[in-house]
Amino acid sequence: MSTVFIALQTNEETRQVIEAIVQDNPDAVVNEQPAMVKIDAQDRLVIRRETIEELIGRPFDLQELQVNLITMTGNLDQTDDEMVLYWNA
Amino acid sequence: MDMQVAKKKLGLKERYAVMTRGLDWTPSYQKMEDIYPYVAYEGIKIHDWDKWEDPFRLTMDAYWKYQAEKERKLYAIIDAFNQNNGHLNVTDARYINAVKLFISGISPLEYVAHRGFAHAGRAFPGPGPRVACLMQSIDEIRHAQTQVHSISNYNKYYNGMHDFHHAHDRVWFLSVPKSFFDDALTAGPFEFMVAIGFSFEYVLTNLLFVPFVSGAAYNGDMGTMTFGFSAQSDEARHMTLGLEVIKFILEQDPANVPIVQRWIDKWTWRGYRVLTLVAMMMDYMLPKRTMSWKEAWEIYFEENGGALFKDLARYGITMPKCAGQIALEKDHLSHQAWSTFYNYAAAANFHTWMPDDDEMKWLASKYPDSFDKLYRPRYRFWREQAAKGNRFYSKTLPMLCQVCQIPMVFTEPGEPTKTCYREVDYRDDKYHFCSDHCKKIFEDEPEKYTQAWLPVHQIYQGNCFPEGTDPTVEGFDPLAEVLKFYNLEHGRDNLDFEISEDRKNFAEWRGQATRNI
Amino acid sequence: MAVAAIKAYDFPPADSMDKFHGAQLLYIGWEDHLMFCAPFAFAFPPTMRFGDVVDGVLPGSFGYHPDFARIDWTKAEWFKSGKPFAPDFDKSLADNGLGHKDVIRFRTPGLTGIEGSCS
Repeated sequence: MSTVFIALQTNEETRQVIEAIVQDNPDAVVNEQPAMVKIDAQDRLVIRRETIEELIGRPFDLQELQVNLITMTGNLDQTDDEMVLYWNA
Repeated sequence: MDMQVAKKKLGLKERYAVMTRGLDWTPSYQKMEDIYPYVAYEGIKIHDWDKWEDPFRLTMDAYWKYQAEKERKLYAIIDAFNQNNGHLNVTDARYINAVKLFISGISPLEYVAHRGFAHAGRAFPGPGPRVACLMQSIDEIRHAQTQVHSISNYNKYYNGMHDFHHAHDRVWFLSVPKSFFDDALTAGPFEFMVAIGFSFEYVLTNLLFVPFVSGAAYNGDMGTMTFGFSAQSDEARHMTLGLEVIKFILEQDPANVPIVQRWIDKWTWRGYRVLTLVAMMMDYMLPKRTMSWKEAWEIYFEENGGALFKDLARYGITMPKCAGQIALEKDHLSHQAWSTFYNYAAAANFHTWMPDDDEMKWLASKYPDSFDKLYRPRYRFWREQAAKGNRFYSKTLPMLCQVCQIPMVFTEPGEPTKTCYREVDYRDDKYHFCSDHCKKIFEDEPEKYTQAWLPVHQIYQGNCFPEGTDPTVEGFDPLAEVLKFYNLEHGRDNLDFEISEDRKNFAEWRGQATRNI
Repeated sequence: MAVAAIKAYDFPPADSMDKFHGAQLLYIGWEDHLMFCAPFAFAFPPTMRFGDVVDGVLPGSFGYHPDFARIDWTKAEWFKSGKPFAPDFDKSLADNGLGHKDVIRFRTPGLTGIEGSCS
């Protein structure tokens, strides 16, 4: 098992994104640090557009994440509907 | 009546294909090797450039849109910070010295990275990496500019930042980050990508931007936090580019594997040595600490790097050999670095100080195996002497490592009381190194590193005095002349924090900001 | 191994002895006294007497340390490139076999820094 993570700035735009990530990845661990939130998961982490849209009540383009993204790790695959971080090992 | 049919938008994958590969063409009246002259000489074999794909699938139009949004956010916060005298809200004025180190040591590297990625992008025949390099090149100049803008507000009030770029090209310790990037920039485009795109961005920059910038926020520096996180938001894309480039090169030809492994070994070590500055920023220069250097290293290198190299094992890539030595150094690195700048505080563009009792307690708790035994007695002695008006300033120039250019401050792996000496005879001269890893880097490419511009040797050659200086006149003071060459003012930009103008002004201004006087 | 380059790669070294105006570089470290963060670099004429380095130069560089005044130079152990070395204080650097960019260090038995911490 290897940890993948994503870190986002703490602000109004990311609050629901983080909620959505937690909903879609029940085993993810949320670490709140000064001005940022780091979310760790084992081997795989998925971020779904639909879940975010439900929570924010408007259409959302996953590329909007770029604005508040701090860092991430793992192999990435992004489509219109989801962004997946994963390790192969 | 015309039927209104909603035009189906292209999906992300199609949009990416159209906006990158779709914009490329095969030249007909010039030869490929004339257009891309730097793509073969490093020995890397690429058979199919189309196999490369940016997993973010970011296209230029979307890039401009999101970057503009980031800039709007950034400048709104910087304006608010400046309008509100935000500089007086930092924990204490010692913190500002970390900002000085950032603007003179790191921001100029952002600019050089801009040049490097522009060059690498131009050199690659594949449209995928070319577009990604173009974006990164623009990101990097954005980082340089936003850092200069943000920090210019500090420069209005505090010393040592007034001529940061001049300093970057001259001041002794700034040759460490400068020579690191110069080394990468003068390599071929593939090595540059492995050096900066992979080893530095992917493996190491988290240590700079994440815990340190989070620490800046914790210390009330909204300006640094903002440009730091704004830069870091691009960094996630850079890291992805770095990882994709590595995977792409490794998948293209098995003959690429040993070349890439050598570069990873080399650049992980080179980058780690540069991060010595960050280790000391985290453990000593943030008055309020978030995590120790050692903790950050364990999370961002040992844990995360461990996962990364496990993932790359399927290509035959292994953890860089230097990881073993780095693990032994993590209890010592920040203390050895801080001691070095305490020694040479007369020749730097920022102030140093001795940690107070509470800070020593924190250091001892984070470094139980090393601090009380090795470093506390030293600091106690220095503090006693300073209290007696006998603050230690080393005035003799130190011996430097030929490769990393750091003074020879590092100790033998596992023997923290013995200075580590390594040397090599090459042609007519001797060359000295701080470690087996710097020595190995030299031995692989001696012709390159014999040209190193080592500040100490340059001073002795007479190349670091203002033009027209005569070092043979009676009473010649080399340190005074070197400071003039650096454009630093003795007694103002250098020496101990306790006696600094910064400390005095900050106390006075903060007093004015909180009381009606 | 050699540098990968697009054409002949041959440049003069930056620190050959001819660039130091008649001086040569000598590096000197004091074992077990890491309060001085690194060995020092000096530029001396090769004709300089070894004893003049010890008596005239080292106090200015290492004298801040309380152990320095306690050194018994007759007992000091010297090393050149890590190997035992017996300098003749009355001879010149050159006659002691010290060339450009040589590194020497000395150990002072019984002196182990501030509170024995090798600082």
